Amino acid sequence: MGLLSKKDAKLITDPLADNNPITIQVLGICSALAITAELKASIVMAVSVMAVLAIGNVVISLMRNIIPSKIRIIVQLVVVAALVIIVDQVLKAFAYELSKTLSVFVGLIITNCIIMGRFEAFALANKPWRSFLDGIGNAAGYGLILIIVGFFRELLGSGTLLGFKVLGDPIEKTGLYAIGYENNGFMLLSPMALIVVGIIIWIQRTKNTALIEDH
Amino acid sequence: MGLKNNLHNLKQKYKGTKMAPAFNAIHTFLYLPDETTHNGTHIKAADDLKRTMNTVIMAMVPCLLFGMFNAGYQHNLQVGEIQAVTSGFFSPEFWTLDNFMIGFWKIIPLVIVSYGVGLAIEFIFAVIKGHEVEEGYLVTGMLVPLIVPVDIPLWMLAVAVIFGVVIGKEVFGGTGMNILNPALTIRAFLFFAYPTWMSGDKVWVEGAVERTKEIAAGANLDAISGETILGTLAQGKEMTHSVADMFLGFIPGSVGETSTLLIILGGLFLVFSKIGSWRIMLSSCVGALVMGLIFNGVVSSGWITETSKFYGLMSTEFWHHLLIGGFAFGTVFMATDPVTASQTTKGKWIYGFLVGFISIMIRVFNPAYPEGVMLAILLMNVFAPTIDHYVVQGNVKKRMKRLKAKVA
Repeated sequence: MGLLSKKDAKLITDPLADNNPITIQVLGICSALAITAELKASIVMAVSVMAVLAIGNVVISLMRNIIPSKIRIIVQLVVVAALVIIVDQVLKAFAYELSKTLSVFVGLIITNCIIMGRFEAFALANKPWRSFLDGIGNAAGYGLILIIVGFFRELLGSGTLLGFKVLGDPIEKTGLYAIGYENNGFMLLSPMALIVVGIIIWIQRTKNTALIEDH
Repeated sequence: MGLKNNLHNLKQKYKGTKMAPAFNAIHTFLYLPDETTHNGTHIKAADDLKRTMNTVIMAMVPCLLFGMFNAGYQHNLQVGEIQAVTSGFFSPEFWTLDNFMIGFWKIIPLVIVSYGVGLAIEFIFAVIKGHEVEEGYLVTGMLVPLIVPVDIPLWMLAVAVIFGVVIGKEVFGGTGMNILNPALTIRAFLFFAYPTWMSGDKVWVEGAVERTKEIAAGANLDAISGETILGTLAQGKEMTHSVADMFLGFIPGSVGETSTLLIILGGLFLVFSKIGSWRIMLSSCVGALVMGLIFNGVVSSGWITETSKFYGLMSTEFWHHLLIGGFAFGTVFMATDPVTASQTTKGKWIYGFLVGFISIMIRVFNPAYPEGVMLAILLMNVFAPTIDHYVVQGNVKKRMKRLKAKVA
């Protein structure tokens, strides 16, 4: 890697797999369950969180030496809140329909544990460039799971991907539907998202047994 | 000796390899293994897991056979071939070969798919884990065809069985480790995934869906339909079946759950062979009756009038609730599942009572989910360990107090 040193590259690749915020640290589950019924919403959510986390990490990192430790949580909250409001306004302006699908969950990015977690654990103790990479990496790890879950839920639940009818038309009975296939309504309900995340966790830990926790 | 020896040789040949559990399973399923303990055991009992499972299956066979006759009967009745039964349980209109064959050809595929897919998954997991194959699926495989509508497409059943066995059982470690009853997990999956095939007035009668399609395509036929009693009541309509029909089972419904009479017989068989817990069955019925009485009281005191959407099911006489829907079947065959029910004696009373109580509550308050007993048992499955915990803790506390009193 010419662009990034080995140590910096790890900041991005680690959260994608062996230190994934959702499947390993089990943070940010709520939004992974709530908005993954459609792939499009998953992608927008992933991008939004990435913007908030990367910029927020840089801002906190720049201020890390002047924030009094007693009020640091409040300062962090102000930073996230400001960024989330900006993201929310941008979505409302340029993707109104999508922002309605995501509804309250854009606002709830504030409560996404991953964000406060990275501010506390990383940005407060590292320089801006490394904090930026850490934000990108963790948001990418989060987004990766969201997109996988969204892919399966939309494909099996609605028979579409990003709105395109990839399996045929359920009303006209074309494609797969002609031979009796039907959409799985359970996939559109949140419990199934939990089960899909569970299956990802299962596969990941079977591949890399070092990740299994001791009891 | 041919088959047995061959199996035994195969088992020896594959010993220590990956496929060993699979051959071992086939061998021990058909024959007594050679390697049983001959000395040193202190308890001699014939009731191993396999025999326990087979007893439950035997208790369900009358329901299965009745279900075959009933599937054909409901079909012929709707088509107009035969008259409704008039002379009790042994009505000649019901027990005809024609009725049986219609049901047989419809239900045997359900049984084959259920067992084939379920056992295949058990084998795969046994080979992956390097464990012996567990017999846990024997009962589940028989329960599943009994609790689905007769017209359910086979591929849906297969998908649901895969889901139920893998997510409901294998991820927790297989037979004996599961939190939820696998058969009910399968049914709940079908219910939420393919609601159009699990409710409404088409799926309960053999051929009704097919007929609707033909009519839509322009065929000159009469539509056939049959709504379950719960569905009828939930819509606030008049019930057309007599109480005797409900008790004997001449009503539309899932394959094996219509005949309360045969379910009671199966239940008695389970109780006398000491396999099913009579405490759970009894307390569950008590719970259902109490909830039914409360609802009847609410209606008679005038808080709920006929305009309410709950009126239909709430005003149903409290003891009718035991006869309609899958309540009897769930209570006898599924709430008593020894793995997922409470283990302690006091816990069984509490668990059973709540199963019955919540069943009727869900039934009445949520007409979209008329089969409350499925959700009630699954819910109580989750709480069973908690109930046991508090029962055991209560016992510990009581004994500690006694000990203290003695010392002092």
